Amino acid sequence: MNAVLVMIAQRLALGVLTLFVVSVVIFGATELLPGDLASALLGQTATPETLAALRTQLGLNDPAPVRYWAWLTGVMQGDFGTSLATRRPIADMLSARLGNTIFLALYAAAIAVPLSLILGVLAALWRNSLFDRVANAGALSAISFPEFFVAYILIFLLAQSGFFPSMVRISPAMGLGDKLYVTFLPALTLTLVVTAHMMRMTRAAIINLLASPYIEMARLKGVSPLRIVLRHALPNALAPIINVIAINLAYLITGVVVVEVVFVYPGLGQLMVDSVAKRDIAVVQAIALIFASAYVLLNLTADVLSTLTNPRLMRRK
Amino acid sequence: MAVLVFLAVAIAASIPLAYGFRMALMRAAPHHMAAPARDMPLTAAFGLLVILLYVIVAAFAPVLAPFPERAVVGVQFQPWDGTHLLGTDRLGRDMLSRLIYGARNTVGIAFATTALAFIVGSLLGIWAALRGGWLDQVLSRFVDALMAIPSLIFALLLLTIFGTSVTNLILVIAAVDATRVYRIARSVAQGVVVMDYIEAARLRGEGNWYLIRHEILPNALAPLVAEFGLRFCFVFLTISSLSFLGLGIQPPMADWGSMVRDNATLITFGNVTPLLPAGAIALLTVAVNFVVDWQLYRASGLKEQG
Amino acid sequence: MTQSRFDKGLTRRGVLKGATALGAAGLILPASYRQARAEPQQGGDFRIGLGHGNSTDSYDPGLWDNLYAQVFAASRHNQLIEVAADGQLTGEIAESWESSDGKTWVFRIRQGVTFHSGKDVTVEDVIASLNHHRGEDSTSAVKQFFDPVEDIRADGQNVIITLDAPNGDFPYLMSDYHLAIMPGTDGKIDPTSTDGCGPYIVESYEPGVQATLNRNPNYWKSDRGHFDRVEILAILDSAARLNALMTGQVDLIDQIDPATIGMLEARGVANILSIPGNAHYVFPMDSRAAPFDDNNVRLALKYAIDRQQMVDTILGGHGAVSNDNPIGPANRYFYADMEPKTFDPDRARHYLRQAGMESLSVDLHVADAAFSGAVDAGALFAETAAQAGININLVREPNDGYWDNVWMQKPFVASYWGGRAVEDHMFSMGYASGAAWNDSYWEHERFNELLVKARSEFDEDLRREMYQEMQRIVSFEGSVIIPMNNNYVMATATNVATPEQISANWNLDGFRCVERWWFA
Repeated sequence: MNAVLVMIAQRLALGVLTLFVVSVVIFGATELLPGDLASALLGQTATPETLAALRTQLGLNDPAPVRYWAWLTGVMQGDFGTSLATRRPIADMLSARLGNTIFLALYAAAIAVPLSLILGVLAALWRNSLFDRVANAGALSAISFPEFFVAYILIFLLAQSGFFPSMVRISPAMGLGDKLYVTFLPALTLTLVVTAHMMRMTRAAIINLLASPYIEMARLKGVSPLRIVLRHALPNALAPIINVIAINLAYLITGVVVVEVVFVYPGLGQLMVDSVAKRDIAVVQAIALIFASAYVLLNLTADVLSTLTNPRLMRRK
Repeated sequence: MAVLVFLAVAIAASIPLAYGFRMALMRAAPHHMAAPARDMPLTAAFGLLVILLYVIVAAFAPVLAPFPERAVVGVQFQPWDGTHLLGTDRLGRDMLSRLIYGARNTVGIAFATTALAFIVGSLLGIWAALRGGWLDQVLSRFVDALMAIPSLIFALLLLTIFGTSVTNLILVIAAVDATRVYRIARSVAQGVVVMDYIEAARLRGEGNWYLIRHEILPNALAPLVAEFGLRFCFVFLTISSLSFLGLGIQPPMADWGSMVRDNATLITFGNVTPLLPAGAIALLTVAVNFVVDWQLYRASGLKEQG
Repeated sequence: MTQSRFDKGLTRRGVLKGATALGAAGLILPASYRQARAEPQQGGDFRIGLGHGNSTDSYDPGLWDNLYAQVFAASRHNQLIEVAADGQLTGEIAESWESSDGKTWVFRIRQGVTFHSGKDVTVEDVIASLNHHRGEDSTSAVKQFFDPVEDIRADGQNVIITLDAPNGDFPYLMSDYHLAIMPGTDGKIDPTSTDGCGPYIVESYEPGVQATLNRNPNYWKSDRGHFDRVEILAILDSAARLNALMTGQVDLIDQIDPATIGMLEARGVANILSIPGNAHYVFPMDSRAAPFDDNNVRLALKYAIDRQQMVDTILGGHGAVSNDNPIGPANRYFYADMEPKTFDPDRARHYLRQAGMESLSVDLHVADAAFSGAVDAGALFAETAAQAGININLVREPNDGYWDNVWMQKPFVASYWGGRAVEDHMFSMGYASGAAWNDSYWEHERFNELLVKARSEFDEDLRREMYQEMQRIVSFEGSVIIPMNNNYVMATATNVATPEQISANWNLDGFRCVERWWFA
């Protein structure tokens, strides 16, 4: 068990390093973007005088390293600062949206993870059967449609007929049931997008083990195929499956800007794209850090879990 | 309903096609290749057939397409008829011709991107695994950080900085994809480098390059091939999503990802136009992955047929 | 069409006082739409889905820059002067205005108007609101309007504005949407406040998501502001907007993809409003840079574009062909009889030869940020130009940063104009030598001379002649290709009623749909 704790500590330290590198990369990239916050705010109406006045007002005249340092020291003290575009505290802007993003990610995961595990196990069990082929081809077709297009098709089929709302209007006062109802279509879209990857990995990881001697042994003993897959193969195939689930969960949190746009869902992705367009660096940085943390933590969790599920890995170190 | 019937017909038609193609392959293949062709499942035969068709269409696009890629030959959204088999697009260009040229551009771009991502990603990954130490640490931490940035938003940033020429598009998507490939290649290679035969080769005095080419790569190929199948298809999706966010390919070039985006609104009214390029992408995705699955299956050593 | 005051002969006093006609405008509604018309009724929850609005939208009135901000502002604020649906200037917070010399303007502030907070609207509030856009530190987009303003001061119930030179159209500038009247403290407004004296009171606002407002029971206009509640939603994706309207989640949407207007109409679940105005799409050429420094090259390009095809394809027919004329049909002095330019490859070749060229190859930089459909328009242009031996190499630029890096930076680009109700305003901002938005860097001696002369010419016929000569110069010697005037296209649920006339001055009934429309 100690080995796991040491690993967690190490990985958390590396995670902080990752966050630091991310913040430098994002800051640098945003600096390299043409224009700045002042010209983005004024857009076509900018004149040299108003630009100069706005730059002074927003403190954009300091050199980039100075601004980065100011931001970094603020974050170290837990202060994400204020959005220069809207002049609102960033923590306030993010809290509601972060909640929305996590809600949608969990909702989609709650459908997608069990679904892809069941489909993957069944496909491995009945490998090369018609079921396997159809599930495989269906899943592959689903991921080869762009997300917004999947969303449009679902809206056409399920929203225009009045079953579900085509756009999500969510408020904190809503009950859980209502929330689940109005966000069903985006959750379903995301389910279709991530299921294929997890299902294929589940299937592949199990089939990969089916050729091993101990499975052969179980088969010779007359154990039923379902039992072989569930009791003998699946536990040993968990590590890669957990990893691919973690990657997809991270995607559900960080990569869903397109689905947010189509369903008018107020999540972090949309805010990040808007803030990039407006060069509102502090907001971009804050969201990038949230996304990076989610990624780091999920990967860490996946590694810890796969270590725990595999006694051999635990003993090795 | 009509869609389901269409699907059923398409599947029913593809089975004899795949069967015939497998027969043809068995006849045409040189002697030592005949065995794998005979063992090939129908799905893989179908996949190979589709890929072959796409390659032919891409190679002979100017011959096959009834109209030029960019010419405006009618009014917008003409219905399907004898002249314009699949109607016209929003500018009045022939849809079928755009799809055919789209095969050339899209498959070309996707292949170039994926190939580049795999060359860079897997070489760096294997190299890092082989050398270990600080080089591995620096590379891996940097890749970790890049992967922690949402790929679409990162691509958006880079393309806004460098502009959206086709070359930049390929380079940027390849760079983003390479981080994913790096990770897989490194983890697979780490499993390989501890093997005795690597140690033996090292003692023989073989260089790193030799080790990568002759010892590690052949043993790490299977998972990389599996990843290649999906990554290849994700390139279309990335281009499509980028054009959704306002950064697409250079017009008037036809590519399927952008064609889906350009016509997507029509699906709101039940018009099937955007399904054509989307279907073209889906068919290729399925085909490529059928072949990949077959290769994986052969590599896994599991001989039993289900 | 509205009778313009200028048509009845013009006195100096007529120009400078009271309601100034801004030109005939607006839409004659289709018969089906008129049947539903009745007296405005109060009530209902009016939900608007707009293709604008970002989570980064600023509260600051000087930085309002998109339709979302504009409609949201019109819902909660008033200005000094309103442009009525027929194009007349009518008093809003300014009860009346006058000037004896065009230099000193006296605006009489309406009494008995209160802010949502309950505070009375005072002369000081008006001055603070205007000063927010004026002066060295101001970051307002309309700062330049106040460049000629020497002084703004209070005089009893009047606000007196002194200019450095006469300008008969100054009241028109005071109708600009940025100039919201807000409560002032110590001569300054709080730019993050949403308090105003307009028809609706803000209940909640989440930038880039939605604003919810309730009817202002104390609104001073008794015949305006009919809805109980207004919700303005940012729905950036055009398919999402269409779906929201068709599934009854919103009652009004803007920016309909031209390709789908016909299909939406066929569904019969919505009314399409297509309002012709002065808005236009342009392709400016840098007149200082070769080859665009040769007017023959510019003319060749002007004849190498198929304007009708553009209107049909890019606008879905919801617009009109323009003859490279920034003055639109809704303007007073629009030159309708000017010799049209039809697509004529031979003529284009002729002008190329005049310029001493056999063929021409140019880069055209476009992005949909310039106008919706700009990339497609560029592709069409390239196709027709190819027939005239002109190779237009289309360069798609990122939307992000387009106004910074491309517009007025690259020699041949796409852009748009909202159009201006006053000819002088349009020409002074976009075509006068050295003007901030003269995006073709064009200079024409005769044009500049006419522009100044027309400002102080009050003889109707002479004035018309001057403006028509200017339009001719811009059209045939200018450095901007203007293929089309785009209509403002919006769609409403079938139970939304509008007045007979809808303003052609800006989109969504001059941003005022929330206060002028009602549920039938």
